[in-house]
Order: sequence, then C-alpha cells, then structure tokens
Amino acid sequence: METKSKTQKKQRPTLPNIDSFTHVRGQSLFVDDMTLQEGTLHAAIIGSTIAHGYITQIDYAEAEKLAGVIKIFTANDIRGENQIGGIIPDEPLFAEKDIHFWGQPIGMIIAESDFIARKARSLVKIQYEELPVITTAKEAKDKGQFVAGSRTFQLGDCEQAFKNCEYIFEGETFSNGQEHLYLETQGAYAVPMENGNIKITSSTQGPTAVQRTAARVLGIPMHKIEVEVIRLGGGFGGKEDQATPWAVMAALATQVLNQPVKLVLNRHDDLHMTGKRHPYESSFKIGLNKELKIMAYQAEFLQNAGAAADLSPAIAERTLFHSTNAYFVPNVQTSVYQCKTNLPPNTAFRGFGGPQGMYVIESAIALAAREIGVPAHRIQEINLLQEGDEFSYGQIAKQVEAQNSWQKAKQSYQLQKLEEEVAAFNKQNDQLKKGLALMPIAFGISFTNTRMNHARALVHIYEDGSVGISTAAVEMGQGVNTKMLQIASEQFGLPLHKVKLEPTNTTRVANTSPSAASATADLNGKALQRACKVLKARLCLAASQHLNIDASDAEFHNEQVLIKDKPLSLDWYQLVTEALNQRICLSENSHYATPEIHFDKGEEKGHPFAYHVYGTAIITCTLDCIRGRYNIDAVQIVHDYGQSMNEGIDLGQVEGGLAQGIGWMTMEEIAYGADGRLHSNALSTYKVPDLFSTPDILDTIALDSLGHEMAIKKSKAVGEPPLMYGIGVYFAIQNAISAFNPKYTPQFNSPMTPEKALMSLYEK
Amino acid sequence: MITFLLNNELIETEQKAGMTLLDFVRYNRRKKGSKIGCREGDCGACTVLVGTLQQDGQVSYRSITSCISPLGNANGKHIVTIEGTNLDGKLSRAQQAMYDNYATQCGFCTPGFVVSLTGYCLRETIPTKEGILDAISGNICRCTGYKSIERAAEQLYQELLLPSSNGRQSHLIAKGFIPEYFATIPERLAKIKDNDAPRGKETPVAGGTDLYVRHADRLTEEAVSLFQAQHLGGITIKNGLCTIGAGVTATEFMEHPDMNLAFPNLRQHLLLLSSEPIRNMASLAGNFVNASPIGDMSIFFLALDAQLQIENKEGKQRVLPFRSFYKTYKVYDLQEGEFIRSFSFKLPTAAQHFNFEKVCKRQHLDIASVNSAALITLEDDRIADIHCALGGVAAIPLYLEKTCQFLKGSDISPKSIAAANDVLQSEISPISDVRGSADYKRLLARQLFFAHFLQHFPNQVSLSALTS
Ligand SMILES: Cc1cc2nc3c(=O)[nH]c(=O)nc-3n(C[C@H](O)[C@H](O)[C@H](O)COP(=O)(O)OP(=O)(O)OC[C@H]3O[C@@H](n4cnc5c(N)ncnc54)[C@H](O)[C@@H]3O)c2cc1C
Ligand code: FES
Ligand code: FES
Repeated sequence: METKSKTQKKQRPTLPNIDSFTHVRGQSLFVDDMTLQEGTLHAAIIGSTIAHGYITQIDYAEAEKLAGVIKIFTANDIRGENQIGGIIPDEPLFAEKDIHFWGQPIGMIIAESDFIARKARSLVKIQYEELPVITTAKEAKDKGQFVAGSRTFQLGDCEQAFKNCEYIFEGETFSNGQEHLYLETQGAYAVPMENGNIKITSSTQGPTAVQRTAARVLGIPMHKIEVEVIRLGGGFGGKEDQATPWAVMAALATQVLNQPVKLVLNRHDDLHMTGKRHPYESSFKIGLNKELKIMAYQAEFLQNAGAAADLSPAIAERTLFHSTNAYFVPNVQTSVYQCKTNLPPNTAFRGFGGPQGMYVIESAIALAAREIGVPAHRIQEINLLQEGDEFSYGQIAKQVEAQNSWQKAKQSYQLQKLEEEVAAFNKQNDQLKKGLALMPIAFGISFTNTRMNHARALVHIYEDGSVGISTAAVEMGQGVNTKMLQIASEQFGLPLHKVKLEPTNTTRVANTSPSAASATADLNGKALQRACKVLKARLCLAASQHLNIDASDAEFHNEQVLIKDKPLSLDWYQLVTEALNQRICLSENSHYATPEIHFDKGEEKGHPFAYHVYGTAIITCTLDCIRGRYNIDAVQIVHDYGQSMNEGIDLGQVEGGLAQGIGWMTMEEIAYGADGRLHSNALSTYKVPDLFSTPDILDTIALDSLGHEMAIKKSKAVGEPPLMYGIGVYFAIQNAISAFNPKYTPQFNSPMTPEKALMSLYEK
Repeated sequence: MITFLLNNELIETEQKAGMTLLDFVRYNRRKKGSKIGCREGDCGACTVLVGTLQQDGQVSYRSITSCISPLGNANGKHIVTIEGTNLDGKLSRAQQAMYDNYATQCGFCTPGFVVSLTGYCLRETIPTKEGILDAISGNICRCTGYKSIERAAEQLYQELLLPSSNGRQSHLIAKGFIPEYFATIPERLAKIKDNDAPRGKETPVAGGTDLYVRHADRLTEEAVSLFQAQHLGGITIKNGLCTIGAGVTATEFMEHPDMNLAFPNLRQHLLLLSSEPIRNMASLAGNFVNASPIGDMSIFFLALDAQLQIENKEGKQRVLPFRSFYKTYKVYDLQEGEFIRSFSFKLPTAAQHFNFEKVCKRQHLDIASVNSAALITLEDDRIADIHCALGGVAAIPLYLEKTCQFLKGSDISPKSIAAANDVLQSEISPISDVRGSADYKRLLARQLFFAHFLQHFPNQVSLSALTS
C-alpha cells in the first residue's frame, strides 16, 4: 500500500479552531448528547413502505397495546396547519391519505424509550392502494409532472450563432444524486416551558425555518417557540430545510403531551426519509469556431426534484447561474425543468445545483475536445472568463481571477511536464493507464434569493469586560465560530478566552437566513463587525468624557486602549467600568444586508452575486485496467481565498469540499428501485470516500488575490466552491480509459464507479 | 454479572450480555463521547479500545466499534472510551495532533479518530506511517477530506519515533500519550476473576460483526451466548497442516508470524477485509457461517481447500470439507446445536502460488462486488492442481469445481486460461444488485480470474493476450 500523507504543509499558523478542544476530548455537545430532563419521551417515525399511492387502512391497535407506548401521532393531532413546504406549500408533515415517496412520514410513536418506540413501530399495520411510480426526471417531464414552472436564461442569440460555428456537438448527461451523510443524523429535543411555550434544540442550519414551521404546524405565534442550535455534526445543506420536520414533530408531541420529547433519526430512517442532492438528466448543444472559441451553448436540465418542491426552485436557478462555469460564452440558452417524481424531496447540498450545471458544460467541452482531437484544457483555457465579460444572467464579471488561477496552476504544477509524464507512462504500461484533467471554477457568492442576504449580531460587553456574541451563524464544522471569535477579539483587542460565542438562538437573533450559500461568515461577520464598531465608538466616547480628551479614534489592543500607539491610563476593563458608570449601553444588535445585489426574475437578469470565487485544479489518476479500480494520484489546486482570515480553516474547506466532489463523481451511487425504494440504504451499500480514496498528493496554493470588499475581511467565502474541483476527476478517469481502449465512446454518466470504468475499458 | 474496567472505573453490571457496548457506555454510564453514526460498524464514530490481559502481565489494546459489540464481550477487559484517554486540563498527544492540524471540523467523528490513534500508540512498538493510517481505516469523516487528519497522524507518528527511556507504558504516560491510571490496569484486571460471562442458550455470537448489523434490537433483549468466552482460539501447525480455532479473529490471523511466512502477501490481502476495528472483532468462522456469497474469508479458505471440524453439544466431532459446507443461499451444513470448533488446511509450499483478489466500489471497508482466491500447484510448468473460488457470482461462495477440473494438467498460456474462463462463465450465475450488474460481475469474474495468472506468471500471460 502506498502511503498517502505526502500532502504538503503550506498553511501559516493561524488561530486554531476554537471548538477543537472539546471535540478531541469527546466533550462537545450534540443533540443526542444532551442531558435529558425528567420525563423525557422518545419518538420513532412511521414511514410509508410504498412510493406512490394512498393509504386504505391503518391498524395501530397492537402498537398501542405495547407497554410503554404513550401516544401515536398522526395528521389528526395537528392543531395548526399540516404543512411544512418552505418555498411552495406542497408538503404535509404527516401524510393524510396520499403517499408520494417511500419513507414519507405517516405518523409518530411516542414511547418511554426509543427501543419501545421502534418496537411499536414494527407492530403498525398499514394497507395501501398503489399507483404507478416515477423515479426519473425524464419520465416526469414526459408526463407533465413538475413541482414548479420551468426557467430559461438567455444571452445573445444561439440560433444565429450556431449557423456560424465550425464545430457543433450535442450530447446527453446524467449526474446522480448524493447523500449528505452528515455523520450526525437528524435530530431535535423539544422541552415544554410555561404558558404553552416550547424550546427546541435542533440540529438545523436554519433555526428560523424551524421556528416558523413549528409555529405554523402547532398553530401558535412564533414568539412562543425558541429554537437553539449548539452545533451540527455536519450539515452540507441536508439540514437547511430538512432538519425542520423532525424538530416540528418533537415540538408537536411536546405541545400535546406537555412533556419533553427527543427525536433522533437512526441512520436507516435518515437515509430513507430525507432528500439528497438532485439527480439531473441533461442535454446540451455546443458550438465552437475555428479558434475553439465557444460561440454558442444550449442546455436543458431536467432536475429530479422528488415528491415536493422543498428548495428545488432555488437550486434549479443556481444551476442556470453556473451553467457556463468559468467560461465566457456570448450566446447562451439554458432551461431547467423541475420534475416531480416519487423520490424523497431532494434538497440543498453543497454547491446547490451549481455542480450539476458545471458538469454538463465540462462534458460538452470533453466531447468537443475528443471529436476535434485536442486536449480539453485547450478549449477550457481559450474560453476562460475575462474582466468585463457578461454572464448569461446579466452580471458583469469583475475582479476576475479565472485566467490568473489557471496560469498559476499551469506554471506552479508544470502542466506540460505532467502531460509528458502521463503520455510516457501510458506508452510503457499496458495494465495501468494514467489520465489527466483540469477543472476551473467560478462560483457566485450570495443567496440567489436577494431578500435572504442579511444577518444580525448581538454583542454584550459584560461589566467585568468579558464579551458574549450571538449571531445567526450555525457552526457545523465550517469553522464559523472561530471566524466570529477572531473578528470580535480583534476588534476589541481582547484575548480569545475573554470572548464567548453563544449557541445560535432565535430569541437572541431573530428572523435569520439559514447558514448556507457559503455566505454565513460574510453576512454574520459583517454584522458582528458593525456591532463591535458601534460599541467601540461608545467606549471611546466614555473615554473622552472621562479623560477630557478626544479619544474618538482610540484603538483597542492587548486589553489596552491606545491613541497613536500610546496606552491611555484606562485599560479595557477600567474603561468598561467607566462606561457603565456613565450609564452607557454596552450591548449592541447590528444588522447587515449585502449592498448592490439584485435580480429580476421576470427578465432573468440582474446582479445576484456579491462576488465570485475562482480557482483551478489539475487532476491526475491511475487506472488499473485489469480490475477497473482507480487511484487519484494528485489534485493540485490554485484557489482564490482572497485574503484568507484563517488559512487552517479555509484549507480544511478546500480539502473537505474536494473530497465530497470526488465522492459525488466516483463512488457515491444512490440507487432506487423501480418501486421507488432506496437500495443504497446503509453505510455498507452507500460508500463515501474514506482515508484511502483521497488523492495521494493534494496541494493547494493560495492565489494572491485582493479579495473583495463584500467578503468579510476580504477573506472570500470558501464553503462550496472547492467541491466542484472534484468534477475534474470524472474526466481524468475518462481520459485514462481512452488511453487503454480506443473503441471507448465517452458517456457522461456520473459517478464513474469501478463498474462503469471496467465496462468502459472493455467496451467494444 | 459482567465485570470489567471502564476507563478508570470497575463495572459490575447485571445488564443483559446482548446489549451493545455502545448503548451501555452512552446511555447507562452517560459517557457521551462515543458517537453514533451508523450502528453498523461502518463509520467508527463509536470506536473504543479493548484491553486484554496477556500471559506476560501486559495489557494488549485493540480498537473495536462498540455499536456492534455485545456487552458480554467486555467481560474481564479494560474498555477505554474517549473520556478514558483524557488528561487533566491538557490534551493527550493524539488529541494535540488533531488540534494542531485542524483535523476537526464538525467534531462528530473526532472522538473515534482520537481513540483509534491512541490505540495505535498503546500497541505499536515499531510505528510505521502505514500502520498509523491503517489504525484509522475504520473511521469515516465527512467534513475534513482526511488530509488534515493524515497530517495529525504524521505528527503523532513522529512523536512515537522518539526514543523511549524506561518501560514503554511509563514512557507513554510520562509523555502524555495516555493518562496515569493506565499503569494500574494490569493489576486491576488480574483481580477480575475469569468468571465467564453468562452463557445463554439463544443465538451464539462470536465477534458479533455480522449478527449485530442485522439483529441488534433482538439481541439486546437476549442473554446471548458468547463464543469468545469459550476459548476457541489458537493457531497451530503440525507437519504442514495448519489448524485455526474458530474464534480466531482476522487480525490474529493476519498478524501471525507463521501465516505471514506461508502467505507473503497476507497483509495486503487482509487489509481488503473490512477495517481494523472490524478485523479485531470478526472471527474467521463467523465469516464462514455468515454465509454471505461474497464472504472474503470463505473465498480465501475455499481456495485453500480447508476442512471444518464441527462439534455438537455432546462434544461429538465430525470433519467436513469446506467445499461441501454451503448448500444454497444462507443454507449450510450445520445441524441444530452444532458449531465449528476449528478448521485446518495444508500450508502452501514453494511450488504453490496463492493469490486473493477483491474489487468493490470503495477499495477499503467495503463488501466485494466480486472476490476470488486461487491456489495453483505447478509441476514442470504445468498446472498439477488448482483450487479457485469466486464470490459474488452465485447464491453461495463458489468453489469453481469445473474450472479447476478443466485446468488440471493444462499449461499456462493465454489460450488455455481464456478457455478456462469459458468454463468459469458457465459455472457462475451472478445477479444484478446494489454491488453491480450481472454483466459487470461476469466481466469482473473473468478479470479477477485472469489476475491470478497475471500476478504469478507475467512471463506466460499478458493482459492484452488474455483479453484480445
Ligand atoms: C463494517 C463491516 C464490514 C465488513 N466487511 C466485511 C468484508 O470486507 N468482508 C467480509 O467477508 N465480511 C465483512 N463483514 C462481515 C463480518 O465482519 C464477517 O462476516 C465476520 O467474519 C463475522 O464474524 P463474527 O465473529 O463477527 O460473527 P458473528 O456476527 O458473531 O456471527 C456470525 C454468524 O456465525 C455464527 N457463528 C460464529 N461463530 C461460529 C462458530 N464457531 N460455529 C458456528 N457458528 C458460528 C453466529 O451464530 C452467526 O450466525 C463486515 C462487517 C461489518 C460490520
Ligand atoms: S456507530 Fe458507526 S461504527 Fe459504530
Ligand atoms: S469532522 Fe465532521 S465528520 Fe469528521
């Protein structure tokens, strides 16, 4: 076995992840770790065992008889509305009669223990009348089944442009879904407070979504529900909207029984009952001129939305935003159909539809390159975005780093030499073949729904000078807690242990957007910066007053207050005391809303993104042509962090995102039966990358870019973009297959499992 | 009563032996550091260490996944959870390495990694870079992409290389790899009487790695009987005949010096079997009786033409060729009350060539799409004898009766091997499932069959000659 720890250590020492200390000691708290209150009850969800049809009869008698069973909940127990749809109200909490996907919640058993609840569940007898099941987007489209209307983006005139193209190619692609596989399953703990108020601790990326939906279902105002999030054991989009039903169910049981209720899904239920990354069936038409410039690009995306809208409309939109990836194409026409099928409602997943869009244009380029007989990277390079280019949605590309990152990658990693090595290797070996591919990315940062781009931060300076911070940011591993702490401790010039980050809570910071779209640190960080600045200004005023000087531009360092680098006679702590003596408010709640952005959905034009993140990856892999197994030799990246505010954390996002991208493109294969039942329903049948599936060498060089004013401390958002480097792995393996089998006709059908690789190697 | 040490504490419990160790630790003892990611042994979030007192008075530590381990198997052992590795007010070396390298993101997988790494520190006298990575081969992380964890492992490895002064354990304590109380464990374990965990009469469990994945809820309520407690261990060699006790784990087999002499590639082969914590629990006979058509050890020992020693309740023994053990899907020749005591096989000689192949979606910690093993005996460049087994292509782990017969006396040439493949294809009947389509499995069966020859006879056959 080869050792795989050749990764170079490049990061500068930066602030360690502040949550790490309790993580490594096993002392961090997740929902399932909370100390339970006396009388806590446990829940198990009854899920449908058909994918489409209606319930004809349910027999709860035996389950109810089981000792320890408290109550079985159904839609009839809901006091408010049986509705959890976020964007479109099309999804009940509990099915009443109609069933639209396998695993759809029908009811909930509340029992004294989780063991009893599960046992009771196995005693419930349900009869169904089955209806035909649709599992593919194509079939849904043919039958006119959609969760929402189609969308089309247009730039220039494709029809006209194709007439003048030297080369035109058409093709079809499929990219499979992807299970989030957050290591902590979905869960919530609801506790009754007085007066019918309920406190929910939820593993959610969207505390406000939980609060809003719980209020709707329970039929009570939002202020009666407090949602708290300590941290998530991974989210990746899977807990943006889909953490909600479980929290609402726990709250519902608490409302009715007036007892604490804990609901943590086991892995099987989680896999069966929750949605995943959307599978896409797409078709494209690409036209190039003699110089290999892409003159026209058309694509039709069939998004497999599943049984309800969930976040599909927003995800479909992002597919269109990213359908030309990091390239400038003067004539573009892209459409997306949101197809309604009998799968669990598919949902957000890191990249949010962007990766699916990019995969199609990369496929189109790969096909064109093969047919024309040039390396794909020639076409990629010629078409990279330039300053001032227009995206198909009207935004003008500014501070473009596409060329910079590409050229830097080519030079730093010696692309030409790599290519020669691959060619030489392939000449010498008949059992092993190498493949190489490049993957540039351009990813827009902001919620594409403009109204969601805002956040607030609440900062208290306590009378002893210690500081407490609340924001809307949810910590799920992305390190946002550390970044927030960095901002506050820097602003106030305080050591880290004097600043505390509070759990995210809807009573401290209300009406929030979920932690998603890579924008959490930007939005919340900017709000936090503002709050700190306001408080500093007040402290300066207090200092001026007290010392009778002008301290309005005093600075805060090392627990000191400085004017022109000279400390005042008051240190931080004394100044805090003095400010309180002067009855000055040392709490501040600040608001930030991203400026400039807008988007007109009628015209499908606007300026939806604060900025874009760029980068380029070079991927090499080796394919075992006896067994169809492959190894990723190296992924060498130049990434545009802007001015990274924490390289340790940001590098972690690049490496972690890449691994998920690799998984999506290689081994992660979601399999549904024709009856809509999930076959890849355990970790033994759904494989995510392990230690040995990562590249032998993973180098990341930071592109020396200016960053962006709208990025917090000019440190660009980093959560989602790196996932898309993984797309290049598909094409690297494809190139290795072609090196072995000249008869291979490339198919764009991801993931490239060892099965597909082997079948392709021996395709005749 | 089940008696054991949990971290620094003596546990005497009347809980049922069939309860999982994880549930006991988390919900009974409220040690919440061990996390639940899957309850199937597939993620490592629940990893704990099991310390066993050796004859030399030392305690040997192994990692296991507590979610599929019966509480009864903890009897007489030292169980170490993440909490049991914590030092007062500062981080242990493994923890520090994870901390320094940003190797934690959401933190949910982290305790499992730390426990696995600590186990490696405790066990390994000659650390290697490969070994320390194998130690975390059963731990899945969805956030980090592993590179930061590799850097942490590298840092820890470097620290382990530093020369140790006095005794190894006191060195580990002095340098902060483990807490001080570990020094007291051997003595305290010795005091626990070998009272044998309660033996029920229901389901017999060995490692539990197969049973608990399928039947944890049922077993939780049972006083299962535990094979491990019955001392079915031991590997002995007599006149070239090797006998292996049914309770021998995959790890024991893989690390046995004589086995490594007999099978020079044993380590590479066995590393394809599940992950380190699973190998630490999984018994070889459990793999046979699991009767999965793709059981790796079944395929391995079918190709060695092993004989099973089967015993009934009265102690009466019979011997059965492993080849005739399997009947149809999950049906095998074991009567009510019978169990496998041991099995034996002839160690390969210099004239024999053994090879094991396995392909799955993910190379490690995955179940095979197809696996195969072959033992080829050469005489004068001809195949004097061959035993070949193929998994994933029939309802049972398949011994390739006809193909082997066909090849006896044959030369090793592309033509005869390709012709043997035709026979092989007529012997198998793969079905399409989540591990691959029937067509794929047929192709893969051919390729792995070829691989045995490509591996050992590269001068006689080449890939292009075989597949053209
Ligand atoms: C995460 C994970 C990964 C795995 N990966 C692999 C893999 O890569 N390859 C593979 O082949 N398997 C794999 N397995 C399956 C399993 O680990 C093996 O089959 C293992 O060898 C079973 O041994 P055990 O001692 O744990 O069996 P147990 O679960 O204890 O028992 C299995 C069956 O054998 C019976 N049994 C046990 N011992 C005897 C005996 N002496 N006589 C009669 N009956 C007996 C039991 O009653 C039971 O029916 C994996 C399992 C897990 C959980
Ligand atoms: S919980 Fe996943 S291995 Fe135990
Ligand atoms: S840090 Fe989240 S799973 Fe590993």
